[in-house]
Amino acid sequence: MVTLDDVKKIADLSKLSYTPDEIERFVQQFQEILRYFQHLDTAPTEGVNPTYHALEGVIGTPFRPDETKPSLPRREAVANAPREMESQFRVPKVIE
Amino acid sequence: MRELSRFSIRQLHNGLKRREFSVREIASAFLTRIEETDSRVRAFITVQPEQVVKHAEDLDRKLSSGELGMGFLTGIPLALKDNLVTQGTRTTAGSRILENYVPPYDATVTKRLRDAGALVIGKTNCDEFAMGSSTENSAYFSTRNPWDVSRVPGGSSGGSAAAVSSCQVPAALGSDTGGSIRQPAAFCGVVGLKPTYGRVSRYGLIAFASSLDQIGPFAGNVADAAMVLQAIAGHDSSDSTSAARPVDNYLVEVGRDLKGVRLGIPKEWFGSGLDRTVESAVRAAIGRLEKLGCSVVEVSLPNTEYAISTYYIIAPAEASSNLARYDAVKYGYRSPNPKDLEDMYKRSRSEGFGAEVKRRIMIGTYVLSSGYYDAYFLRASKVRTLIAQDYANAFETVDALVGPTTPSLPFKLGEKTEDPLEMYLSDVYTVTANLAGIPAISVPCAITDEKLPVGLQILGRHFQEGLLLRIGHALEQDLGLERPVLPAKGLKDLKDLKDLKDNE
Repeated sequence: MVTLDDVKKIADLSKLSYTPDEIERFVQQFQEILRYFQHLDTAPTEGVNPTYHALEGVIGTPFRPDETKPSLPRREAVANAPREMESQFRVPKVIE
Repeated sequence: MRELSRFSIRQLHNGLKRREFSVREIASAFLTRIEETDSRVRAFITVQPEQVVKHAEDLDRKLSSGELGMGFLTGIPLALKDNLVTQGTRTTAGSRILENYVPPYDATVTKRLRDAGALVIGKTNCDEFAMGSSTENSAYFSTRNPWDVSRVPGGSSGGSAAAVSSCQVPAALGSDTGGSIRQPAAFCGVVGLKPTYGRVSRYGLIAFASSLDQIGPFAGNVADAAMVLQAIAGHDSSDSTSAARPVDNYLVEVGRDLKGVRLGIPKEWFGSGLDRTVESAVRAAIGRLEKLGCSVVEVSLPNTEYAISTYYIIAPAEASSNLARYDAVKYGYRSPNPKDLEDMYKRSRSEGFGAEVKRRIMIGTYVLSSGYYDAYFLRASKVRTLIAQDYANAFETVDALVGPTTPSLPFKLGEKTEDPLEMYLSDVYTVTANLAGIPAISVPCAITDEKLPVGLQILGRHFQEGLLLRIGHALEQDLGLERPVLPAKGLKDLKDLKDLKDNE
């Protein structure tokens, strides 16, 4: 059964933060959902291959020539950035 | 001119050809309809009347000078779900995190519709990142069901469904990851089609679960849905999962009769969870299909009981990975004054995402994490194979499957928001088509005594959209349910609105 510590670890991996109240409530919901998933244990999956792409055999893996093509002009590419300087993305200081 | 808003695409097209009215007049009629009804329906996040009128006048000029030929969608107003990117027009995916996002490019479907001469009239409301079954997870507001404004329009493409249902547009696009086109179509009494995985390019669809997502049309009737699908279907080199096979002529398919079509009824879909009213409406519709020349047999999809678990492991797993891109660096919301980079990620994502999106990122991260991967994600991916095999086995003896789109009639706003699992269970008949990649359509099959619509779902083999449209069209004509007329209590009843809580 999933614990408070598990949920905190998952939140950390997900880069999400919760208040103590939120996380208590979340643990309950999470447990209920995972309990519901438990019945998958009864599915006859012995020797069955997983599916990651429903039409893999039909669509296949397409290849294309490795050629350079025009891309977004720099100014447009950074136009939606929350912080930007001289057409570059600006982030909090990473290196001391 | 107002009655123009009840016209089908075909009627608008014919009228334009005969010069009975101009594109400008069409645009005005639908913009007026939106203005009159959207304070109650709340289908749109963004409408840009000036740009629409300008585009319409431009089309009129080009049509009269002969510079532009007249295609089926020329001058037809369409709405796009707000998770389909539109160059220069804000695209939010129903999320705060994209509140100010103005895409620098068009989705392939947007481009194809523009190239076909369609007027993009606005962007419709949806559950945040298409995660939800009621449109109540939109960060902006809840859309209402035009049949009864105290009820949900379904989701996640609830805005597109409600817009078509209330004649704000003749057709719209949505996206369907686990039923997000078909369920709102059923709840709003319109046609909604999820194409085969790979039939329509996903380039420019804001990603939710990439192995399940597919874009498709909503329309007031089946032939109109066929026309929109015709315009958007086909290979696109910008989406490596789009299928490089020719597109059928759907309008030809729509006109064919049903003699000799073999239908299967999945017996597992008529169990205890199905509302009696929905069941009797669906069974009656299947009876009509038999009279129209179909043979009907019962079939079994034995792994149906695993559908919800399988879907609600795989879709969040893919979502948790797709939504990692919202890092507050390249675009999207950034929390002010973060301590450091890590703090910026966490605060921006926690403030920018809503509760359901966070829940699914958490579930997805959990089922993919070391120690749980085999028990959840890998197992679900194997069950996905079994679910796809169930369909393949059924399609050995029948051409299409028919059943309910939803287990219940449209539910009330707020009825399921406190219980995520309860909300997930409402997707039981729709998620398996996405897991198997097959096409499926929902068409209105009855209006209940309560004046609420019921949807019939028709599912087919990969790339058999033509057959689904053909069956849907024959049923629609037989039942006289082409764009059913909304009851007076739907849009006009303002009294209910006072009791509604809204999340704005």
